[in-house]
Amino acid sequence: MTALGNYKRERIDALAARAGQLPEGDAGLSLTRSAFRRLRRDPVAITGAVIVLVFLLVAAFAPLLAPKDPVTQYLLSEIRPGTIPGSQEGFPLGVDNLGRDLLSRLIYGSRQSLLIGVVSTVLGLVVGMSLGVLAGAFGGWVDTVVMRFVDIILSIPGLLMAITVSVLLGQSQLSLMIAIAVVQVPIFARLLRGSMLAQRGSDYAVAARALGVRKGRIVFGHVLPNSLSPVIVQATLSLATAIIEAAALSYLGLGDPDIARPEWGAMLANAQDFLSIRPALAVWPALCIIVVALGFTLLGERLREALDPKFRR
Amino acid sequence: MSSLQAPVLEVEDLAVRFTRRGEQSTRAVDGVSFSVAPGETIGLVGESGCGKSVTSLAIMGLLPRRGVEVTGSVRFDGNDLVGAPDHVLRGLRGADMGMVFQDPLSSLNPTVPIGTQVTEVLLEHREMSKAEARDEAVRLLDRVGIPDPSRRLKEYPHQLSGGMRQRALIAMALACAPRLLIADEPTTALDVTIQAQILELLRELVVDSGTALVMITHDLGVVAGLCDRVHVMYAGKIIETADRRDLFARPRQPYTGGLLSSVPRLDSARGAPLTPIRGSARDAIPWSEGCAFAPRCDNAQDDCLTEVSGSTVPLVPDGPGRELRCRHPLEHPSAPSGATASGAAR
Repeated sequence: MTALGNYKRERIDALAARAGQLPEGDAGLSLTRSAFRRLRRDPVAITGAVIVLVFLLVAAFAPLLAPKDPVTQYLLSEIRPGTIPGSQEGFPLGVDNLGRDLLSRLIYGSRQSLLIGVVSTVLGLVVGMSLGVLAGAFGGWVDTVVMRFVDIILSIPGLLMAITVSVLLGQSQLSLMIAIAVVQVPIFARLLRGSMLAQRGSDYAVAARALGVRKGRIVFGHVLPNSLSPVIVQATLSLATAIIEAAALSYLGLGDPDIARPEWGAMLANAQDFLSIRPALAVWPALCIIVVALGFTLLGERLREALDPKFRR
Repeated sequence: MSSLQAPVLEVEDLAVRFTRRGEQSTRAVDGVSFSVAPGETIGLVGESGCGKSVTSLAIMGLLPRRGVEVTGSVRFDGNDLVGAPDHVLRGLRGADMGMVFQDPLSSLNPTVPIGTQVTEVLLEHREMSKAEARDEAVRLLDRVGIPDPSRRLKEYPHQLSGGMRQRALIAMALACAPRLLIADEPTTALDVTIQAQILELLRELVVDSGTALVMITHDLGVVAGLCDRVHVMYAGKIIETADRRDLFARPRQPYTGGLLSSVPRLDSARGAPLTPIRGSARDAIPWSEGCAFAPRCDNAQDDCLTEVSGSTVPLVPDGPGRELRCRHPLEHPSAPSGATASGAAR
């Protein structure tokens, strides 16, 4: 009885203490911070984050992790027409048709994929957001001009656009990134503009106007910060698309011409001639592309839910 | 209670029309006139959709320019604000005229701490350093009764209670000591106890600083507690104007009478039925065809629906300090002043 009484009292004390602290601990907790707090408790988001993190670490420490040099040719005596050596001592996943260690190439390949994905997405984000802000902030004829331009880009199929751009710019890693970024630009621009237009009519924007706040301040201090979350989510999802698109362009032979930098898409393209002999050469890079894209997608989807007030309890 | 001081705000014959390409334009507000003096509180009362909020937005110049046609005059300190350039309006808003909105949560930016939003107004209109603005913000939050203001400054809107949010919004509206405050249903989204606190706060402000207050509400309790003069609106027009006491004691417009008898009273007998007004505001007919309220009115007679001298039912003086737009008003035998005026109304 007394034990129960004590237990109850302790619980009440604990609750009271928490109630007292809660605002304190909560103070200064912005929407983004609380979104991250929610993400930390979400198993799906954690899975996505872990996948992404693993690939990031692999890319960062590739020289330490790779058992062999990715461009040196090994076991050349064993490669004959119709046979490519499989998994064996020192080569866990075997070698490719030129005798290069598959595992090491996959590990180094993560660098290219992530680098191209991140750089092209950031590039697309910066240009797309600038256009979006321009259209969303000024409205009127600026909006019309910018958005028609964006619509024109959007009306060209993404891959076709990327191919055209990378052909025009010549074959290099940079042109590959730019080509992919160009495809992302209209998506970010439209998204940010739409989101800003919606926020411009919101109550707090009207309230800020009623307080005589300058238009520029309303746009950049109030409307823009509230319009960013769909763009952040799209950026995460775009990373996945960018990686896939990089692979697709490499597969089509428009990738990085430098053979010292192995790339998953190029490996996949190369492997298709040997599918019947050693399908593993295609399976592994494909798997890498799928898994890393999945990681970004899971993270992005959950980020969307965490940032969207509609999903909030 | 009318003040001898010159009015801060004079609204004359204000009309707002929403025009849409290919559609007939809608008159949201039509021929609205009223004025507010320093230290005076007036109420704009009516059901949802009667044009109260549009009136307030038109006064503040917050209606979009495209598709909206504002006519008449809104004189603030004698200067007409209708059609005034944006920078003039912007300088007045927040500094000389403030506004408090209905929903405190959506009227605050969710991504910015309260403190930043309060200091923003100060920095916009007053020559102040950031540190000074911060100190002033603490003082303001303290004044509107937010406990522990320096800590609240760092918090985000979702961390405050509804009452606190509304206090914060009022603090923002008051930051530059405006001479006119428009409160658009400031207590509708709040609990009754919080409502009372907010109303008390607004009343103190009016008394202490001589702010002119325009209270927009559908809540007659708020009117009874706060307003000196009351303008009842229906379908975009003012249909009755009276001092608070007169209005509650002797409502003349059947609509006003209906509003009063739709309010549950603590002192009425248990089980006594409420008498709601028939129909809804959507049943209103255009004023050009007669009295807009006629389809819902128990007093309505044939001449309520026929045009007289080619115009709508006019707003005419109805005794001292009263105006009325009605051909068959409610009679109050105890009020001789009303009886003579009703003759004038006919």
